[in-house]
Amino acid sequence: MKMSKRLGVLWVFLAGWGLLLGSAQAAGLQVTDDRGMTVRWDAPPQRIVTLLPSLTETVCELGQCHRLVGVDRYSNWPASIAALPRLGGGIDPNVEAIVALRPDVVLLAQSSRVVQRLESLGLKVVALEPKSHADVQRVLDQVARVVGVDAQATHRIWRNIDAAVSAAAQSLPAHVKNARVYFEVNQAPYGAGTASFIGETLTRLGVQNIVPASLGPFPKLNPEFVVRANPDVIMVGDHNFEGMAQRPGWRGIRAVREQRLCVFPEAESDVLVRPGPRMAEAARLMARCLQEKAP
Amino acid sequence: MNTATLHSPLTDARANSARPLWLAVGLVLGGAVLALLGLGVGSTGLEAVWNMLADPVAAQIVWEIRAPRTVGAFAAGALLGLAGAVAQGLFRNPLADPFLLGSASGASLGVALALAGLGVSPFATQWLVRLGLTGAAFAGAVLAVLLTLALARGVQHTLRLLLAGVVVGVVLGALTSLVTLTAPDTLPAMQAFMLGSTGFVGWASCGLMGSIGLVCLLLAAGLSRVLDGLALGESTALSLGLPLGPLRAALVAVLALATGTAVAQTGLIAFVGLAAPHLVRAVVKTTHAWLVLLASLMGGVLLMLADTLARGLLAPQELPVGVLTAVLGGGYLLWLMRKRVG
Repeated sequence: MKMSKRLGVLWVFLAGWGLLLGSAQAAGLQVTDDRGMTVRWDAPPQRIVTLLPSLTETVCELGQCHRLVGVDRYSNWPASIAALPRLGGGIDPNVEAIVALRPDVVLLAQSSRVVQRLESLGLKVVALEPKSHADVQRVLDQVARVVGVDAQATHRIWRNIDAAVSAAAQSLPAHVKNARVYFEVNQAPYGAGTASFIGETLTRLGVQNIVPASLGPFPKLNPEFVVRANPDVIMVGDHNFEGMAQRPGWRGIRAVREQRLCVFPEAESDVLVRPGPRMAEAARLMARCLQEKAP
Repeated sequence: MNTATLHSPLTDARANSARPLWLAVGLVLGGAVLALLGLGVGSTGLEAVWNMLADPVAAQIVWEIRAPRTVGAFAAGALLGLAGAVAQGLFRNPLADPFLLGSASGASLGVALALAGLGVSPFATQWLVRLGLTGAAFAGAVLAVLLTLALARGVQHTLRLLLAGVVVGVVLGALTSLVTLTAPDTLPAMQAFMLGSTGFVGWASCGLMGSIGLVCLLLAAGLSRVLDGLALGESTALSLGLPLGPLRAALVAVLALATGTAVAQTGLIAFVGLAAPHLVRAVVKTTHAWLVLLASLMGGVLLMLADTLARGLLAPQELPVGVLTAVLGGGYLLWLMRKRVG
């Protein structure tokens, strides 16, 4: 009698667990995005639209490139997405073209204007905006949840990226570590500060950034600031390099005087400035530059 | 401007009252044709219209995207045309424009602050998402107009008001640049706002613009006698016994409300407000009661035309509609200038 009562309790307990698990299954999957909005699906989304290059790259890094049905006009990696429909930029997306593709989810930047409009048309929108190394990992996890890639596989991908960044740092000889670097993102000139994604990579490589964290991630600098800081190495994209040596006083900068300039072609610039899964490649590009040019 | 029509003989007046009516009918018909065209033009082309009955997504594209943006283009254009007619009458300056009182730069500053505030703190983000960029633009536009009015110490002095508008425009423009500089990643979003677009207009915005537009139109029509009086000169208007101060303030309020609403929903769309009243006056010479109505219709039709072109010219891609209105409107004004000189 006592025994059967205990058994009964056990059965009720098990049944309760079963119900709980069942309801969790029925609720499908859910993801909370950078706006704090929780988005739910009954089944993993199959048709994906991305409106930010780093998010496109993240989806592909997770091996789910085949689920992409449309991307923004700036997404250009990997090559397999070349044939996908272009849906405008993240800022001026073509609402009609997006809706016509019937996506199960639209991944885009938080600053995009179209978020509310797409939601009012009944689309599921996940706004994610990676800005730092930690964000890249977080966004990788979130996108993995959206596309249904399990946490272990995602963790492995992240470990590989992280290990590759460390390897790039270890490949540098000791004397390079003292190099003082200026990374220019825009001719205005905007520099990449220590607080930026690019600055974090420079820190990981062990070199010094002439733009301190206190100035913010991408401060607009007085050209005089750069002359005074006198960097040993300058990193810049080739379309921003034009006329750099002709700026007043810049000939005196050590990097310019001794030709310690790394001018990256556009494809490499894309890798360097996008906070996405190619950050290990970005670290390797910077390490190669430092090996060749650092004093 | 048209003092002659005001005091024209009866026969003349009768002949003249028929022409604005015909123009109004023509504009409504033209608008209807453009509206039908607007349902068929877009990145997926006419296909969406054919498949509408069978395919819910095609139906959604036609009724939830193309229809509201077409209606929204008309409403925004009408608001700008109305604001243009009121501004030109109020300041007795045919080159006055709805963005004159600093409203455009105020709206830009509002948007810049909202964009820079996004992501700064969770609290600010939550609050801003609720208010939206549109709310920020509207608040900015209204505050800028109030600032202009404060600097001009009222609306009595037209020249002072214009100068205050210029000062506010320049200062707020500089502040916008400053905000954008401190948050450079908002730069592309600002650019998109400056260009203006009807691509994100939904039925909710249409309802808002439509109802505010109607209110503004009724107010402006009710106040049109003031504009007629001002056309004859300030002293004449005063001698007609019109309480100029409060009536002017009311007209400025109409101007700010119409401009702010349009800018908040569509961004900065140039030249529609400036060109619409000119186009109307090129066809008919009439009183302001007609002019505000006709300029609204003309503005609406102009922006619908520009929107349809913006969607169709590069399909499946699309141009920001502000670029088109700037090119078309600029060309028209140049032509107008040369014709006057000639």
